[in-house]
Amino acid sequence: MLHRRELLKRAGIGALAAGFPGLVFAKAETDARLVVFILRGAMDGMAMLAPYGDGNYAGLRGELALAAPGHEGGLLKADGLFGIHPALKHTHELYQKRQALFVHAVASPYRERSHFEGQDQLENGSTAGNFLRDGWLNRALEPLAGGQGNEKAIAISQNTPLVLRGSQPVTSWAPSRMPDANEDTLHRIESLYAHDEFFATRLAQAIHAREIAGGMSGVQQKRGKQAKQLKALMQASARFLSAENGPRIAVLESGGWDTHARQGAASGSLANKFAMLDQGIMALQQELGSVWAKTVVMVVTEFGRTVKVNGTRGTDHGTATAAMLVGGAVNGGRVVADWPGLAPSNLYQGRDLYPTTDIRSVFKGVLGQHLNLQESFLDKHVFPGGKPASMIENLIRV
Amino acid sequence: MLAPVPGEIMSIESVIAANRFGLGARPGELKRAEPDPKIYLLEQLQGPSSQPAYIRDLPRSDKILAEVLRIRKEQRALKKKAGGEPIPESMKMYGSTVRHFYVDQVGARFRNCVQTDYPFHERLVHFWSNHFAVSADKQPVSAVAGAFENEVIRPNLGGKFIDLLLAAEKHPAMILYLDNEKSVGPNSDFAKSGKRRRKKKRPADINENLAREILELHTLGVDGGYRQGDVTAFAKVLTGWSMGSDQGRQKAGTPGAFLFRENTHEPDSQVIMGERYGQHGVAQGEAVLHKLARHTSTARFVADKLVRHFVADDPSVAMVDRVAAVFLESGGDLPRVHEALVNSKESWQAPLSKYKTPEEFVISTFRAFDYVPGKTKTIIRALEQMGQSPFRPGSPAGWPDTADHWGGADALYKRIEWANSVARIAGTRVNPLELGEMVLGANFSDHTRTAISRAESVVQGTTLLLASPDFQRR
Repeated sequence: MLHRRELLKRAGIGALAAGFPGLVFAKAETDARLVVFILRGAMDGMAMLAPYGDGNYAGLRGELALAAPGHEGGLLKADGLFGIHPALKHTHELYQKRQALFVHAVASPYRERSHFEGQDQLENGSTAGNFLRDGWLNRALEPLAGGQGNEKAIAISQNTPLVLRGSQPVTSWAPSRMPDANEDTLHRIESLYAHDEFFATRLAQAIHAREIAGGMSGVQQKRGKQAKQLKALMQASARFLSAENGPRIAVLESGGWDTHARQGAASGSLANKFAMLDQGIMALQQELGSVWAKTVVMVVTEFGRTVKVNGTRGTDHGTATAAMLVGGAVNGGRVVADWPGLAPSNLYQGRDLYPTTDIRSVFKGVLGQHLNLQESFLDKHVFPGGKPASMIENLIRV
Repeated sequence: MLAPVPGEIMSIESVIAANRFGLGARPGELKRAEPDPKIYLLEQLQGPSSQPAYIRDLPRSDKILAEVLRIRKEQRALKKKAGGEPIPESMKMYGSTVRHFYVDQVGARFRNCVQTDYPFHERLVHFWSNHFAVSADKQPVSAVAGAFENEVIRPNLGGKFIDLLLAAEKHPAMILYLDNEKSVGPNSDFAKSGKRRRKKKRPADINENLAREILELHTLGVDGGYRQGDVTAFAKVLTGWSMGSDQGRQKAGTPGAFLFRENTHEPDSQVIMGERYGQHGVAQGEAVLHKLARHTSTARFVADKLVRHFVADDPSVAMVDRVAAVFLESGGDLPRVHEALVNSKESWQAPLSKYKTPEEFVISTFRAFDYVPGKTKTIIRALEQMGQSPFRPGSPAGWPDTADHWGGADALYKRIEWANSVARIAGTRVNPLELGEMVLGANFSDHTRTAISRAESVVQGTTLLLASPDFQRR
């Protein structure tokens, strides 16, 4: 286990650029690809990456505790303290290839337990309350030289999640099973919308996304299994990210992580969700081919769950959780955690994993090191307000 | 090229009454509203005196749940017999039973949306059903999400908020959706007795889900002044709020109906937001709900949601204050609160500021043609594609109510595809210019009119009408 690094002092290139205002907003040419995957409902980080080496773990987690590595249905070893959920097989292989990294005991600055506020704060990147109506990832797009018709980011869903909403143009795409309107009708609708910016912008984006998606007949949404759908969406994301002049950033979301009842341990409902996520990542990797080497996938959730099992063999809303980075560009094979421990006195409000890392420190690390955005820009524009979160170093392979 | 039709143009007030307050004009509706749009709305406040037969005759949720749970039990027994291997046929049987109930309820709802003469009341039903959302993506809630709307929301909009609140929190769909049936007081008889299976050493305990969502989403709102300790205490109060069953150790009460289970109820008094509740049994939870229903935070939270739904994504503070004041002084009298919306000047100000949700868009399309599709699955599929599967908001917060959520580029494209396929079905039976006059009245812009009149075909003209910004806003 590696301890959380010292924060990167706002020095060096950042300070230099700050002296030349023009440079702060210099276009950041990047070939890097970023996928942000939001798990809605508060994913149980203690199940994704279990601290089997913590003396209090097995007792507190009771029937939800996962066996230590090497036992039947046991965890997949990360290090002497942490093990990866057994359903995350492929992710564990990536971890062994140093292409997967976990951050544990991580949380946004939000300290209440509402999903909806928690998700808002995860996505708007604010320090307190919901005062930002746009998303941090949208604000980060400014230096990436995107524009109308050349959007740098895409939501793989019909609608745009908050993290991508804002003044920078973004697009969205989801598979269709309805017959296409013909060319001529579309042109006429375009001119019908010419006087109404709300409609005109969105139609232009949708048409552009469809041009890239053109060859994707194989991604028609199949009925049935969620896993199949996620796999198809991951493959579609990979196509977008591989397209020449296509978007460089994709956002996906998945619901159903609110495991209040019967969440299961090595098998069961949460294990099935992890397996689905694992297969989705594998599908993305396969479809990306050589682009995988330039890719970071960041898997995050709004907050964690109680350490103890509740009365219905599940867990209630908690505080700190785990986040995951996978991809060819990740400097992985390790867990970044300032582990607070699970002794009763170390728990947040006597019930939750204590947050020791700000999720924005992870966001900053990825935006700064992977997309080459300057720290001064990140602090001023992407995560404004309050004391800046420190940036976690060395998240990305050099 | 289509010839324009001269006709009397209906006022913007009628258009607002039919589109913002109603579910989109049916042919002839604007004319009906025209003499006095406000009266037209106020007369709908109490809703129809009886429900149409296709809603009345739907199976009730206790019957549905009893059946669904019986199938599930059989399924488990078969699985056990087969040495733990799931039996595909029995899983299929369960899935198709649940799906069948779900589809019937969705079908009845859409039929009613199109045919009702009380579209304002029906919109209120949708609003409150979304406020107390039980999402059909959880089993076995899928089978009763529509029944919840019919049994909890429809009969209770003519009375007080507290009655609606009590009905909602006691309905098995809510109890199952928010996991309360298995929340057990750690000091309850059940927890202490030998009734629990010995092999499970897990101590009996509460589940906070229902308590939290009542406070956060149904009454006070997230900034309404409660803390984690209040959630925990309230969860203890609510232990025992459960459902009857005819199976095994749970056997008690009427299967599939609300049942207070004394033996799982935490016996002590509890303090919530500074007030001690020492009542016994179900009365303790009822007392908390009564208190919450009168709270100023609840009045503000509800008023804010209503104004956002009816008037603007950024509600005017003055109007929210006014509606909240009516809520408080009338003791949460719902018709009076709803009336306050109609009587606010902000409601009647153009431009039409709300971007329709996919569901509103689809319903208003059907109403424009006065047409209910025979196959409910077509509607379900189309709404899935636009991002709003019926009764499946996916979370207890319900569907969002702002354009920044619904304004995805892809979702707009799906609406255009939908407009196009509906226009194809309608074919040459409609004249899109006449239809535009009839459903959009004074809101039918010259720009849209011109585009339609230049269309190469009737189908294309109808597509343009339905896809137009005039039609997609309310």
